[in-house]
Amino acid sequence: MRSRVLSLPLLLLAGVAAAGSIDVTVEIPRIDASEYHRPYVAVWIEKPDQSVAANLAVWYMQKDTSEGAGTKWLADLRQWWRRSGRDQSMPIDGVSGATRPVGRHQLRFDTAKAPFADLQPGRYGLVVEAAREVGGRELVRIPFEWPASASVHLEAKGSHELGAIQLDLNP
Amino acid sequence: MKLSSKTWIFAAVALALPLSAQAHKAWLLPSDTVLSAKDPWITVDAAVSNDLFYFNHVPLRLDTLAITAPDGSTVQPENSATGKYRSTFDVHLTQPGTYRIAVVNAGLIASWEEDGKPKRWRGKVEDFAKDVPKGAKNLKVSQSAGRIETFVTAGQPNDTALKPTGVGIELVPVTHPNDLFAGELATFRLLLDGKPAPGLEIEIIPDGIRYRDKQNELAATTDKDGAFSVTWPAAGRYWMETVLQGGKASLPQAQERRASYVATFEVLPQ
Repeated sequence: MRSRVLSLPLLLLAGVAAAGSIDVTVEIPRIDASEYHRPYVAVWIEKPDQSVAANLAVWYMQKDTSEGAGTKWLADLRQWWRRSGRDQSMPIDGVSGATRPVGRHQLRFDTAKAPFADLQPGRYGLVVEAAREVGGRELVRIPFEWPASASVHLEAKGSHELGAIQLDLNP
Repeated sequence: MKLSSKTWIFAAVALALPLSAQAHKAWLLPSDTVLSAKDPWITVDAAVSNDLFYFNHVPLRLDTLAITAPDGSTVQPENSATGKYRSTFDVHLTQPGTYRIAVVNAGLIASWEEDGKPKRWRGKVEDFAKDVPKGAKNLKVSQSAGRIETFVTAGQPNDTALKPTGVGIELVPVTHPNDLFAGELATFRLLLDGKPAPGLEIEIIPDGIRYRDKQNELAATTDKDGAFSVTWPAAGRYWMETVLQGGKASLPQAQERRASYVATFEVLPQ
């Protein structure tokens, strides 16, 4: 408690002086399909043992149905469901939301705020998993070191359900 | 005609207890094993066949179906039906957690001689004294216990329903049976009457036999703690069986026992 109290003004100062940011870009590719549904997507930070350090986004169908607001298919995000989803109560405040259309979607996080402010230094992975009704499933990982001492641009590319995935760390 | 009625009884019980040496494979096949819906249901097929998982021989009887809920209570199946080749039933998963769905059979098998002819009887323990003559010649009695089961989890897995009952062969998770992924090692322990069962030979066969030329079976043997491990070669459904022959009987009427255990697992992709 004590160190937290002491460091709070410092954090605030740092926030004013130079707010660091983390940008995650997720591309949902255009797919030619006679029946196209927007994919369910989960974005999270994993530890080396694959446990979840933080959920960054979960996009799933919000429409109310007899089967329960689209949660029925959350388990199709196989790895996310196993690592985190099954332990959550949906919706997750500030994390979950509606499915997104084709295109690039940017998520911006502040280095001084949760979840990144709470991230212990170490090696992590950014994981993006997508699952599409009558389509496929794909999982893309980008390993990174936290915290970054200088700006870092990292990227990976999905092959079918995900396009370009980018991680920009700007301390 | 007396003989034929006995034969019928035997056939009926044999369907419920597919335990003979050349037994077909009995199985329960759930529509889903890992669920995220708010009010989930599953449907389960139950059949006996050589081919996994195709219903092309006889249905598995549901008389001794027992469904254990995540809190340990018993759940009734819904919409049960038995057809020519399979039985089917639904389970409404009203609680979050792990369900154990099992067809559990226990009984006695007796053989003896009467007027120089061999006689055979198979049935429940309580019917033994009524159906098998006292002091029958060359009477041999074997005790049998069989469990055919599968596991399904809504939301977060738990272990309450997996607590052993202490009867026959049972599986105790080291790896949770609804947390199985391709390429990963899973470890389970087998118990016989609640105690570690070492030296049991296990056979594991992947689904889809119709579309390949080999069984592709995986083999394992339980260690001194009754534990065995398997690395799942691919995602899919797997059938596991182990049989104990010539074990020590726990009932006074029987000289030996036979116990079998079957489970269906679903392994998910990475």
